[in-house]
Amino acid sequence: MRAPALGAHLRERRDAGAKLLVPYLMAGQCTDWVEVAQALAAAGADAIEVGLPFSDPIMDGPIIQRAAEVALQAGTTPASVLAQLRHAELGVPVVVMTYYNLVLRAGLDRMAGRLAEAGVAGVILADLPLEELDPWAEVATPIGIETVLLLAPSTSPTRAARIGQRTQGFCYAVGRMGVTGERQDLGPAVSEVTQLARSVTTAPVLVGVGVSTPAQAAEVASVADGAIVGSALVRRLLEGAGPEVAAAFLTELRCAVDR
Amino acid sequence: MGAPDDRGRFGAFGGRFVPEPLMEACLELEAAFTDAWADPAFRRELDEVLRDFGGRPTPVTECHRLGAELGIRLLLKREDLAHTGSHKINNVVGQALLTKRMGKTKMIAETGAGQHGVASATAAALLGLECTVYMGELDTERQALNVFRMELLGATVHPVTSGSRTLKDAVNEAMRTWVAEVEDTHYCLGSVMGPHPFPYMVREFQRVLGDEARAQCEALLEGGVPDVVVACVGGGSNAAGLFAGFADTDAALVGVEASGGAAITNGVPGVLHGMASQLLQDDVGQILEAHSISAGLDYPGIGPEHAHLAAIGRARYETASDAEVLDALVALSRTEGIIPALEPAHALAWVRRAVGESIPRGATVLLNLSGRGDKDVAQVRDLLGGGQ
Repeated sequence: MRAPALGAHLRERRDAGAKLLVPYLMAGQCTDWVEVAQALAAAGADAIEVGLPFSDPIMDGPIIQRAAEVALQAGTTPASVLAQLRHAELGVPVVVMTYYNLVLRAGLDRMAGRLAEAGVAGVILADLPLEELDPWAEVATPIGIETVLLLAPSTSPTRAARIGQRTQGFCYAVGRMGVTGERQDLGPAVSEVTQLARSVTTAPVLVGVGVSTPAQAAEVASVADGAIVGSALVRRLLEGAGPEVAAAFLTELRCAVDR
Repeated sequence: MGAPDDRGRFGAFGGRFVPEPLMEACLELEAAFTDAWADPAFRRELDEVLRDFGGRPTPVTECHRLGAELGIRLLLKREDLAHTGSHKINNVVGQALLTKRMGKTKMIAETGAGQHGVASATAAALLGLECTVYMGELDTERQALNVFRMELLGATVHPVTSGSRTLKDAVNEAMRTWVAEVEDTHYCLGSVMGPHPFPYMVREFQRVLGDEARAQCEALLEGGVPDVVVACVGGGSNAAGLFAGFADTDAALVGVEASGGAAITNGVPGVLHGMASQLLQDDVGQILEAHSISAGLDYPGIGPEHAHLAAIGRARYETASDAEVLDALVALSRTEGIIPALEPAHALAWVRRAVGESIPRGATVLLNLSGRGDKDVAQVRDLLGGGQ
């Protein structure tokens, strides 16, 4: 079963009045991560963001760093992750989040081809900026891989306009200046960065980085099209949670954003 | 050695591969540096601080005994005599002045051996800036005395416990902190690496040692230019500063990497810490740990301009093993009365091996003695078996 295209799927859901919820987990952080992803999809995730572990994740805080270390120690590789994803049958689009060096090392063409073969709908390359995007986009876009760009509270209006033109699938609005991780409060940047994103793109605007609780997800969803929840889920999985606990957490988030 | 292109590229290397939240900080820094570097008042203030506080200019010393033993004319650029004991002071004074000029009150820095951390803490104390230094936990153990030096200077040392707990992880952590605190904080990166404008800016701040050495060679040497100009390379800031003074001559430029951290010799192109460069990495692109006797060279990458100079053949990059380095350190200590840091001992180790091969006998060699060996004495004593 081939999952639907990322942007089309998310727009359709948004335009039908739904709030979007995208959980993130690190591939290989636990042996049953595919079952966890399946449980998340079944519990109402609109897409699943899957981290491909990299040795030096500069955009990530301690929790996701730890998950990457655990995954790498367990022998996780891009090939092993994509082989598992290929048979995962999640029914919702998969977005792979990683760092550019893993793509460069494989070769842009080869990595794009492997992602497409595995049924991956989109990618986020955290350290590939707008200025360096072309070589990747030229091989990924023609085979249906959508590349999601980040927009930050610090992004200037001029850059934001270019990011708005180039982002595919959705626009990842970074909810606060800082790395991924759980936070007590959302911080003041969420509505500002959401407005900036809305002013430059008609794609769905999802807020991530520092969205940790159902209440925070609900607050985000009240201004943006949806929320990305990473560290809060990744921590639970690191602490031994399995598919049931993950699904229960997703259900809590779902209820909160749908209220 | 000129400016990189508008994407911050030196040929195929360099660039600005940072997450979007860091992009404006890089752009702001580029604008601030460009403005400051073109401002005679800024240059004058920097020169004055480097002279009156930093101890510049540093001399060039001819090694008569060791030179005679090797059959070459050997000149040392004495950055070991600069304040804080290495060339690192040149860069940190520049960046600390820039921090103030940008209206920021805090500096963060990464350090491996501790030299850049100590220099950053020093410049911060001088200019009244708050300073936090990120240092791999393993390095805080290897260089405990430097941790204390930084604290004595009023800095906070933050041990980094992630990854390999060495320099590359300290850089990761400093970048992560910079994202969150960019409003009032400057990241004082210690080498010619990272996203643009750092490789260019740090090279320009280190150029002073190369320009001085060039003028000193002109006064000392018939023909004015040595045959070989050599420096050790981790990230490559001391080499970049030295090469900048001689790139327009016909001197051979040689960088010497630690054999366990040889990014030019054993690396492949990739992206790390905001730059495209040569990197030690595995088959799928995970970054490998470098291993060296010297914490300052334990870095799996190299500054992008060095990767470019290697690619175009203007400089070449050699390696030295831990054992050769120890021998070289002892040789310089005994023949010249100068205890070098382990880092520049790599350059000397290569020179000793290369004489009669790629260095003809009778040649003139200028070596950048980038730091003094005080910080390494305890480690060297242990390695030599308790003192010989």
